[in-house]
Amino acid sequence: MSPKPPPAGQGPFQRIKVNRDNCTGCRLCLQICGTDHFREINPKKAAMRIEAKFPDPGKYRPYVCTQCGKCAEACPVGAISRNERGAYIVDKEKCDNCGACVPACPFGVVFQHPDLGHVIICDFCMMCTDMCNTKAIVPWERPAGGPGEASRG
Amino acid sequence: MARGFAGTTLRIDLGTGAIRRQPTDEALFRRWHGGRGVVAKICYDEVPRDADPLGPKNVFIMNTSPMSGCLIPAGSKVEFGSVSPLTNGQGDSNMGGHLGPALKFAGYDMVIFTGISPRPVFLFIDNDTVELRDASGLWGMKSLDCEKKLKDELGEDYEIATIGPAGENGILFSCITHDFGRQAGRTGQGAVMGSKKLKAIAVRGNRSLHVHDMDGLIRHVTSIIKRTQKHPNMEPWQKYGTAFFISWSNDNAVIPTRNFQTTYYEDTNKIDGDQLVEKCLITHKACFGCWMNCGKYTKAVIPGKPEVHLEGPEYETGSLCGSNLGMKDINHVAYINWMLDNLGMDSMSGGGVIGFGMECFERGLITEKDLEGHSLRWGSVDDVEHFLDMVANRRGVGDWFAGGTKRAAEKIGRGSEKFAMQVKGQEMSGYDGRWAPGMLLSYMTADIGAHHNRSWTITVDMAEGRESVEGRAKIVVYLQHIRPLMDTWCICRLFWGELDITPEEIVETLNLITGWGVNPEECLRASEMIWNLNRCHYLERNKANGRTFDYPPARSWEDKIPSGPGKGKGVSREQVEQMLDEYYAARGWDSKGNPTRAVLEDLGLKDAADNVERLGLLGVPIPGGIPPVRGEKYKPKAF
Repeated sequence: MSPKPPPAGQGPFQRIKVNRDNCTGCRLCLQICGTDHFREINPKKAAMRIEAKFPDPGKYRPYVCTQCGKCAEACPVGAISRNERGAYIVDKEKCDNCGACVPACPFGVVFQHPDLGHVIICDFCMMCTDMCNTKAIVPWERPAGGPGEASRG
Repeated sequence: MARGFAGTTLRIDLGTGAIRRQPTDEALFRRWHGGRGVVAKICYDEVPRDADPLGPKNVFIMNTSPMSGCLIPAGSKVEFGSVSPLTNGQGDSNMGGHLGPALKFAGYDMVIFTGISPRPVFLFIDNDTVELRDASGLWGMKSLDCEKKLKDELGEDYEIATIGPAGENGILFSCITHDFGRQAGRTGQGAVMGSKKLKAIAVRGNRSLHVHDMDGLIRHVTSIIKRTQKHPNMEPWQKYGTAFFISWSNDNAVIPTRNFQTTYYEDTNKIDGDQLVEKCLITHKACFGCWMNCGKYTKAVIPGKPEVHLEGPEYETGSLCGSNLGMKDINHVAYINWMLDNLGMDSMSGGGVIGFGMECFERGLITEKDLEGHSLRWGSVDDVEHFLDMVANRRGVGDWFAGGTKRAAEKIGRGSEKFAMQVKGQEMSGYDGRWAPGMLLSYMTADIGAHHNRSWTITVDMAEGRESVEGRAKIVVYLQHIRPLMDTWCICRLFWGELDITPEEIVETLNLITGWGVNPEECLRASEMIWNLNRCHYLERNKANGRTFDYPPARSWEDKIPSGPGKGKGVSREQVEQMLDEYYAARGWDSKGNPTRAVLEDLGLKDAADNVERLGLLGVPIPGGIPPVRGEKYKPKAF
């Protein structure tokens, strides 16, 4: 899937807005994310997560990358850099899978998987928002550096 | 192994604690497709015909299909199967949620349990780690409480199935619960699990699944997703789930009311989908990989009782525990739903059993003396609470009802069997068949008793004529092949039924995943093979002509509907007999309801033909031969 160009008149940064009460916990986003990036079906290779809080209060909470950059700051080998759409991209050659970026992420959306020698971070391909049927996660474009930098999970 | 399979089957002898890993038998799955089909074949081959369903010789199987978890529309179902203690025939039941896919991602396609554990255990799976762990501390816990405790101890990312006190105590309509509100409810699979001292199953996995044609699969499935997102039925399904049907069923005179006495409920507007969404909804809730979120996570608030959280009531529970019990407040229906879930009883059979108890109480067949000083009145949630406690713990007359309505009627006698609303021991779903003859025939002939998932014909009856039985048999035969195929593939039926995903599209998905290259006709034949195998299994266990077991309770033909839009309507005894004759002919069975050698051998079931022949239960050859194709293709209108 090629990334979607941002709508005319908006900044170049492709974000994801979370309408958290809309999430129904179907994990279609996780399935399509892992599948599309790794050509095998594995929701545990997705670059986002869904928290399920049951029986109390009985809610789902999607967490996605907010492009805050804490992962890149924490990386000791400089393997994480921002691309023209604002996504933090992992250089799979440089990344030694040390895991320093994992706890640095405030939303817990940097992942390691035993099959892989590098970490997984959202590349904002927007396949997940394209599949979401309840608008729990939707594309959200805005200029970098503006107020409300982090979209809360 | 690639192509949709996780690769490994677990065989667990609970008696010795031995856990064996075997490569999954792809040839078995290729022939029987998975889910219900593979389960039926294993039970037929491995369970001795005289084995007690609650004894050590019954097997208990948790199964998936090659499609489970593989980006298939709602490929979320996990199938449980064993010989049913409720029907004494092959039993299976499935539920959505996340457990089936989780099992595949952990590396396993199927788990087969045999024997009985000497002490309570639960099965723990975390990828390669497979252990039977002590469950002494969990034994006695209620289903939802047990799931919460295991999640707290193991982690939120484990998918967990549990049974409640009902399953432990051998209540024959016990269910298996998962995801705080998804149930494999029918045929008493929870009782079988309890008989094996297996309290729970907890699964986590992070393995990958591989398919035959990944690019083709992504293209095919994403185009289905985009198309169905715009389907006109999507919005009501997302908003109400199946609770939408409560008022629809009432308007169309099929809603069971006060133990199926009538089909019109004057207080429907107090328990319908609007009430559910307005008063109880906490969040919409979906199964794995499903974008239709028909699940409703709700709360029940009743003054003087604790606020409780549950999933539902969906249509079946909403009708069988609502109008069928004369409930006048959606919170009361939800509270009864929660009680049944937490005790670990099927909320469909549970509603049927309570309704039967209420009518017995109304008629004086059971009294306050029998009920430890309590009543059992229409519309009383407190009466229900006490009654269920008696049933779950088999106290007093509670023990009679613990076997379901059929066995309770045998104990109570005095004509009560007329309104014990069951077939083959299993309580009816939430549709009265008196003005929907195809639905009545569906109940009569289903392999697991009066359940609607094999065939549902309300809109067929409305389109083809509700007073006439013409042509219904062939359509029911077709539906009994196409609908159970979804349970064989472990996918949700609603995408076919309500969002118009075609069988051809589903079979294409199967081929993209497995590379099997099958066509829909072959799949329907596989489903017919499963149907006939289960019929033979039933005859071999119950040792009488099939027709003997295919009659509904007498209320279904003796009583006309007394009120509402269906007032005065009803099916006659002659129509019941005519439908059975036509149904057996359409199946290639003889008039006694026994499968013939011609049809069994056509389906590759020679062994089964030999087995029933030895018991004198092989159908006599049909003059003129069997129909070359059984059943008539029909797509019922959604609603």
